[in-house]
Amino acid sequence: MIYRIVLVIAMALMAHRADANLFIEINRGNNNPAPIAVVPFANANGLPEDVQKVIAADLERSGFFQPIPKTDMLSMPASRNEVVFRDWRMLGANFLLIGALTSEPGKYSVRYELYDVLAQKNILTATVSGGPNGLRDIAHAISDAVYEKITGIRGIFSTKMLYVQDMRRPGRDRYRLMYADVDGARARVLQSSSEPILSPTWAPDGKRIAYVSFETSRPAIFIMDLATGRKTQMTNFKGLNGAPAFSPDGQHLAMVLSKDGAPDIYVMSIATQRLRRITNDHYIDTEPNWSVDGKAVIFTSNRGGSPQIYQVNLNSGRPERLTFEGDYNARPRVSPDGKSLVMVHRHNGVFHIASQDIASGNMRILTETWLDESPSIAPNGAMLLYATQHNNKGVLGAVSMDAGVKFRLPSTEGDVREPAWSPYF
Amino acid sequence: MKKLYSAVAFAAAFGLMTGCSSNKPTEPTEPQVVQPVEDEVVQEVIEEPVVIDTTFYFEFDSAVLTSAARAALMLHAEQLTASPRSVRLEGHADERGSREYNMALGERRANAVRDFLVLQGVNGANIETVSYGEERPASMGSGESSWSKNRRVELK
Repeated sequence: MIYRIVLVIAMALMAHRADANLFIEINRGNNNPAPIAVVPFANANGLPEDVQKVIAADLERSGFFQPIPKTDMLSMPASRNEVVFRDWRMLGANFLLIGALTSEPGKYSVRYELYDVLAQKNILTATVSGGPNGLRDIAHAISDAVYEKITGIRGIFSTKMLYVQDMRRPGRDRYRLMYADVDGARARVLQSSSEPILSPTWAPDGKRIAYVSFETSRPAIFIMDLATGRKTQMTNFKGLNGAPAFSPDGQHLAMVLSKDGAPDIYVMSIATQRLRRITNDHYIDTEPNWSVDGKAVIFTSNRGGSPQIYQVNLNSGRPERLTFEGDYNARPRVSPDGKSLVMVHRHNGVFHIASQDIASGNMRILTETWLDESPSIAPNGAMLLYATQHNNKGVLGAVSMDAGVKFRLPSTEGDVREPAWSPYF
Repeated sequence: MKKLYSAVAFAAAFGLMTGCSSNKPTEPTEPQVVQPVEDEVVQEVIEEPVVIDTTFYFEFDSAVLTSAARAALMLHAEQLTASPRSVRLEGHADERGSREYNMALGERRANAVRDFLVLQGVNGANIETVSYGEERPASMGSGESSWSKNRRVELK
């Protein structure tokens, strides 16, 4: 009895602490972003990319920063001796980023300096270089460094994403597998087909991807090497061949196959293509995702009457149900710290993205849009991309894991969906 | 249920199936345009073939055949046992929920149709099933009027 009371008090205290943390995060992410002046770099005029604009947009999208408009700036310093801190203080800037660009044949370099305006102190000075097409890479690298210096969290601006584009018209390039920066820029087609392409996913080293293609008129799982573009067909079974997921060591693919009857989870050794069956029942088991340590697979199953998330330990084979809230929870993805799950969750008949703390089971709806699907978490765990609809078109959305920051990625032609956020390279 | 089936079968046997709307959404049937006959050639009387629904609809997150689907499938089974041919059953889902779950759901629907046909004596070796999940909607748009048309199995 006493033990039980103590437990209740302890849980109440924990709940309080969790709320307090959440409140601070929302404040930082949404209500009170830090004003930062990103000054155009010296000698950066007339280049193919506007480096200042790319950095300001990166920082703003993170939700932690509010860039000060260029037109409000009283001066455009490029080095410490040109900085008048009082002017930047009057503009309300907490941080100031300045620098200068140098162009050599086939190479750009930027030397940049970051200042804490209130303390009038330099907090970061560095140089970053890139090739002739590397201006956006340079900009994203600076955004990453500034973000990490100020928030203590590793930046994700240099990472990439995959997504599927449906041109919505019959033809040889109706379905496209796309590769782009996470801000949507520099999108290129990896693969196009008259038949559906779906479920793109990254290997943990970021060098290979896996996806499902109907190009043979049936679904099959392919692995593509990104450097060479070489494709390897991994499966050609009767029935479903879907939902590939690389193991954390990159050696195995979890997948769904229905060759033996019902959709079940299998793990394939990539080197030998040898299969191991993980689930064996007559329900739908699909959408496998690995635990961070690679010892368990988390998946969707309707064995309880409606789709819910389960976890199966690969050694013991014992399944455990993880979600209990609501009558539709599907397509789980585990956060990089292994502490939470994100999933498609139906609430009052509307499909949202929700996250669940694995230890406590507490679920939280992150999105306000509807028909949401395919959540994919950034490698720093701060944000996720997902697919939703806007003006009757499939678009990509992003939301921070504390739900404080939300934005849509500019939609292009046709429907876009199934974003897959890359790991760090 | 039994009564409904025999009524539908009776109607279909007399070639009235295309006009029957007991199934959920039906493909809009082409209005028959009769060309005015100006020459004096005597028109041959062509017997209309029996047209049976080839699309079968389902409830959300369900692979249970409706009574209308069962009735139409009984007639397909008769045809397919009388004159066997290869058929392909394509299972589909509406856009709601997750894509790979919908892929599995589409397969369940195609399998439910296959199992029913096999039970009626159709040779299972002649039936191929494939699921497209929500990747190939019959009707674009978000709303029950589109969704109900997309939760389907097409017999080809």
